[in-house]
Amino acid sequence: MKRTRWTGRTAGRWAAGGALACIVGIGAFLAIAHRSDLPTIPPPKATDFPAEMLSHGAALAAIGDCIVCHTADGGVAYAGGRALATPFGTLYSTNITPDPESGIGGWSKEAFKRAMRDGVSRDGRHLYPALPYDHYRQVHDGDLDAIYAFLMTRPPVSAPAKANELVFPLGFRPLLAGWKLLFLHQEEFAPRPDRDAEWNHGAYLAEGLGHCSGCHSPRNIAGAEKTGSDAYSGGVAEGWVAPALNGSGPAAVRWTADSLFTYLRTGVDGRHGAAAGPMGPVVHGLSRAPEANVRAIATYIASLSADRAPTAPAAADRAAEAARTNPAGAALFAGACAGCHENGAPMMTQGRPDLSTVTALQLDRPDNAVRAILQGFHAPTGPAGPAMPSFAASLTDVQVADLAAYLRSRFSERPAWTALETAAATVRKEESQP
Amino acid sequence: MTVTITVNGADHALDVDPATPLLYVLRDDLELNGAKYGCGLGQCGACTVHIDGKPAFSCLTPVGAVAGRRIRTVEGLGSAEAPGLLQQAFETEQAAQCGYCIAGMLMRAQALLDRNPDPDEAQIRAHMQTNLCRCGTHMRILRAIRRAVAMRKGVQVGAQAAQEVRP
Amino acid sequence: MSPIQSPLSRRGFLTGGALVVSFALAPKAFAQLAGGGEGGAGPAVVAPDLKGSLKSAPWLDAWIRIDADGRATVFTGKVELGQGIRTALIQVAAEELDIPPATVTLVTADTGRTPDEGLTAGSHSMQDSGTAIQNAAANVRMLLAAEAARIWDLPAGQVGTGGDGRLRAPDGRTLSYGEMVAGLSLHVQAVPDAPLRKPADYRTLGRALPRVDIPAKLTGGAAYLHDMRLPGMLHARVVRGPSVGTVLQSPDLDSVAGMPGVVKIVRQGGFLAVVAERQWTAIQALRLLQRAAYTRTAQPPLPADGTGDAVAATLKALPARDIAIMDTSEPAGPATRSVKARYTRPWISHGSIGPSCAIAQYVDGTMAVWTHSQGTFDVRRVVAELVGLPAEKVHAIHAEGAGCYGQNGADDVAADAAVIARALPGRPIRLQWMREQEFGWEPLGPGMMTELEAELGADNRILSWRHAVWSNPHNNRPVGAGGVLAGNEADPPFPVPEGKPIPMPEGDGSRNSNPLYSFANTHVVYHFLKDMPARVSALRSLGAHLNVFSIESMLDELAAAARIDPLAIRLDHMRDERAREVMQTAADRFGWSKRVKGDGRRGCGMAFARYKNLGAYCAVAMEVEVDRETGRTMVRRAVAAVDCGQPANPDGVRNQIEGALVQSLSWTGRETVRFAADRRASFDWSSYPILRFDDVPGSVEVVVVDRPGAPFLGTAEAAQGPSAAALANAVADATGVRLRDMPLSPERLKAALGPA
Repeated sequence: MKRTRWTGRTAGRWAAGGALACIVGIGAFLAIAHRSDLPTIPPPKATDFPAEMLSHGAALAAIGDCIVCHTADGGVAYAGGRALATPFGTLYSTNITPDPESGIGGWSKEAFKRAMRDGVSRDGRHLYPALPYDHYRQVHDGDLDAIYAFLMTRPPVSAPAKANELVFPLGFRPLLAGWKLLFLHQEEFAPRPDRDAEWNHGAYLAEGLGHCSGCHSPRNIAGAEKTGSDAYSGGVAEGWVAPALNGSGPAAVRWTADSLFTYLRTGVDGRHGAAAGPMGPVVHGLSRAPEANVRAIATYIASLSADRAPTAPAAADRAAEAARTNPAGAALFAGACAGCHENGAPMMTQGRPDLSTVTALQLDRPDNAVRAILQGFHAPTGPAGPAMPSFAASLTDVQVADLAAYLRSRFSERPAWTALETAAATVRKEESQP
Repeated sequence: MTVTITVNGADHALDVDPATPLLYVLRDDLELNGAKYGCGLGQCGACTVHIDGKPAFSCLTPVGAVAGRRIRTVEGLGSAEAPGLLQQAFETEQAAQCGYCIAGMLMRAQALLDRNPDPDEAQIRAHMQTNLCRCGTHMRILRAIRRAVAMRKGVQVGAQAAQEVRP
Repeated sequence: MSPIQSPLSRRGFLTGGALVVSFALAPKAFAQLAGGGEGGAGPAVVAPDLKGSLKSAPWLDAWIRIDADGRATVFTGKVELGQGIRTALIQVAAEELDIPPATVTLVTADTGRTPDEGLTAGSHSMQDSGTAIQNAAANVRMLLAAEAARIWDLPAGQVGTGGDGRLRAPDGRTLSYGEMVAGLSLHVQAVPDAPLRKPADYRTLGRALPRVDIPAKLTGGAAYLHDMRLPGMLHARVVRGPSVGTVLQSPDLDSVAGMPGVVKIVRQGGFLAVVAERQWTAIQALRLLQRAAYTRTAQPPLPADGTGDAVAATLKALPARDIAIMDTSEPAGPATRSVKARYTRPWISHGSIGPSCAIAQYVDGTMAVWTHSQGTFDVRRVVAELVGLPAEKVHAIHAEGAGCYGQNGADDVAADAAVIARALPGRPIRLQWMREQEFGWEPLGPGMMTELEAELGADNRILSWRHAVWSNPHNNRPVGAGGVLAGNEADPPFPVPEGKPIPMPEGDGSRNSNPLYSFANTHVVYHFLKDMPARVSALRSLGAHLNVFSIESMLDELAAAARIDPLAIRLDHMRDERAREVMQTAADRFGWSKRVKGDGRRGCGMAFARYKNLGAYCAVAMEVEVDRETGRTMVRRAVAAVDCGQPANPDGVRNQIEGALVQSLSWTGRETVRFAADRRASFDWSSYPILRFDDVPGSVEVVVVDRPGAPFLGTAEAAQGPSAAALANAVADATGVRLRDMPLSPERLKAALGPA
């Protein structure tokens, strides 16, 4: 082999070549990263859209649950400002009311669809995948048009976006082009010929606007969803465990299309539990969406776990044993929880979840149980519906830990949870942060 | 079993089942009338007391869980002869109809004022949300809280505090 | 007229010159005046030319006693429900006796001490008891003055009073009432024309005296029946299925019998209760027993759940008896506009914030019952029949409960407690219903429906007006053992009495179906439905809630069709001057002529009614803002005007009207009892939500029209109907959507608004 001699000229050539490659690489990268600035348009009027398109768009927006992320706590609908905590820092949702200056009032239909499919703002900036455009790009054209019509006919609100607080250097948006190169490959939804119309409709809604796997799938180090056999094997959202939907999770009872429909519509299923944490707003939206859409989603999601057996080993209720091993927890349960959660309590006669089957007590992590105890939750569908008060003021972390340990040993056959006191302290600290 | 609790600054050693909700201990063992049974389910707030300064449902708090912690009831805010500021404000506004919810309202409101001496209307309403009133005394309760805020600030308030329009 | 001896034993009385020696109580009879037509056997009229409840209890010493120290004790058959009647009656008495209110003690309904004034209901307390006390006190003052005049040898007309409990001669001599007491008997009947004090001289009446019961309620003082602690008292819980019409199958009594602290299990026929030393023990025992499965006993089906159509379908399927309410016939020209509408209200709950409670003690053959029922004397009758005692062996005493707004669980729990006390002689038994028992077993406000059709002529006068109302009876207040759950569970059971309508002018389902307005060709019919799919009884304002909602909504629907101002159409058809003034007062204070007119989100509405066409006049105007995204309606501001004659305590009137308005917004905007096939599905606040702080109006203002010296008019229920209609009218003005089925929920409004 000829030995390359690093003469000045060779080195120079290499250096020049390397620099050129870098420049070409950066240039190519920037070329990919650069997206054009689309022209603004005068805001459309309600009369520009047929009424059925507006109804359709409203129904789809309920599935996509745009309002939840794009509305701040106590804020005006769709005006943005909600803080979204991610492993990469805090993002603030944008104003998607048709305000020309601070919202999307000047966006054309094309600009909107580019945002929803490619994650690019009207002015060409890349959008963080907190907006789940990896899912929204699966949505059909006509449906995106309808959502556009719906959003452009909301009342315009002047509310400039808050600055994101991301870990350096993730604030540099062009980097997202690289992320998209690696992870943004999803195609528009195509129905499966071996499945019926309702299943396909449900799959279309869930994979597209519903973006269920956005919470219910694990994510890789770059924050992209894991796919293949990992899809729907469970994830975490805002500190709550989003249980597996593909049958690999520890839920005591398998979901059926009917039970899932009831859960999504009413916020509670007697064998799985109540919709708490981020599922609350999901149920809020789905309780108002057209019934057929929700049935379809339920059919599809239930099918993901169709392989597993209907019921795991018999639902456990080992009250006497658990009282022996966790006497402190048993006393706490009797005084704090039994009024709702013990056999003979009125809630139990009225179809509320039985703790012997609720998913939260079967999960490997205690997070959902601890959060429910410390934070409680509101009825997701409106003023009526299952709710739970917060016990943060009355129970200490040690007491929450005792209680959770008791619950685990009484209502689950699975291994005891560990580090419960730490889990409680973490949740409590999160709550107290403004 | 003996459980020792501290209520309104005084210690009480009681022979009770530690699972007993604090509400029944307060009412039956200590003969304090303020905290009331409204639902026993943590939904109405008629049983509201303070535990270490935070409002809590005494109907869902096992007495064993609050041994060694500071419990405060409406009796601890003042008496008919020497009412506390908030109680005076409620008296002036005649903020009660049947009055069953009022002790819980007072404790809930006191917790807000302890934390934030100058809340705005939206903050008051959001804070009081946990407590139910069936007689419709809400407007007077809100006026009484506003009056108490003004009294604390030393602002002169007229015979009936001005009614604010919600923003 | 010779005195009628009371069947009750005479109480011992204080020595030392108290004026009361004895008093007479009328025996049971069926003339019903007091309590607004509700309840059953009321006291007989024995002195028809006297006013208020003096008609049935004409002896002055039945009402007033003056002690040697000049302090007055006043007895009323009415009770404090949180409506402020205790304070108002003290003011009435203090005013007419002309003594400081602080020297007056008021004793409320007690079968051993006070007159029987029937129920505290129907907004009758001021009319019945206020009037009686006012006149009785005027009689007492007259007698005191006459006695002083005798002592001073002066004409009676020269003796005056100064408001301090002393009589005055023109030359400055004075005598205290207490000094007078020794020589004067008040065991005389009232005369109808004892001079009343002049309004211009009023010292107490018409002033906003702070309520005497509030200080204890703010500071943890003993204020409620729930706060009573009697020596040796035991705690009980009654054990039933989830709701009316269900029964527990084989509750496991053994699991409870051995629990430490359980004193007794009381099982008699279908009645089951557990008694323990400590309250927590009783609750845990209850929960153990409630693990048993339940079944529905053979019954007609529960009401269909959900929509206005479901309410209508349930009611229309029931056999009806038609009762003509109003029929006028006038010549009329051709109609230019006609509107037809159906309005509905679902079954709703009293939702008392404190579930019902009672204490009973059976000692030496006498049963004492402390109860917060609105009908203390009826509780005596019920308990006597239920446990098999003569009435004079049952002593019922009212102690305050949480607000009840009609017949909630109070009567049942009193009967339950008595049954338990009979089984455990000697011990006071405190029985507390649980929250879900109150929701599941109390009588509900009945679901109702109306169908209205009205026509306008070319001159915008209403040419014809048809109003048909369908309703169950509202007056199922227990007057015998068959009216309470324990009576139905006894072996053999006391049968549930057949419900009967309350005749007009009070009415029940028909209440306020007869418009006060002057319409031509008015036809009002009450389709009385005696079969009750759900257990129902009186709820504040009875049928007036829906009837006024319907009339006032229809007026606005006509006004909208003809483009007339809603205030104008009402004034055009109202001849009653006080009604006109109250409407104008509300409108002026609200700024009606400058109001926000419906712009898609904001709008205004008004409504009026005179309660029962006999009680207080009330007009309400409100401004709302609708969130079109969610259908949620926020009441930005509300103004009410009320004319209740001479207001005893104007702040008490304002308090009642504000409260009624907010409560009616909750009923009308949000509430409906849910039914599953075999039980009530509303069992707690999560399944029966009511208005919370974030939904109450931005402001509520009440203007009390002052009518010095005018007869007292019942106020407590006057705002339920007008508030409901004002809300519907404001929403219609704001959005163009006319909602006719209560609750006017965000979901229903949103469905009607669509996505735009």
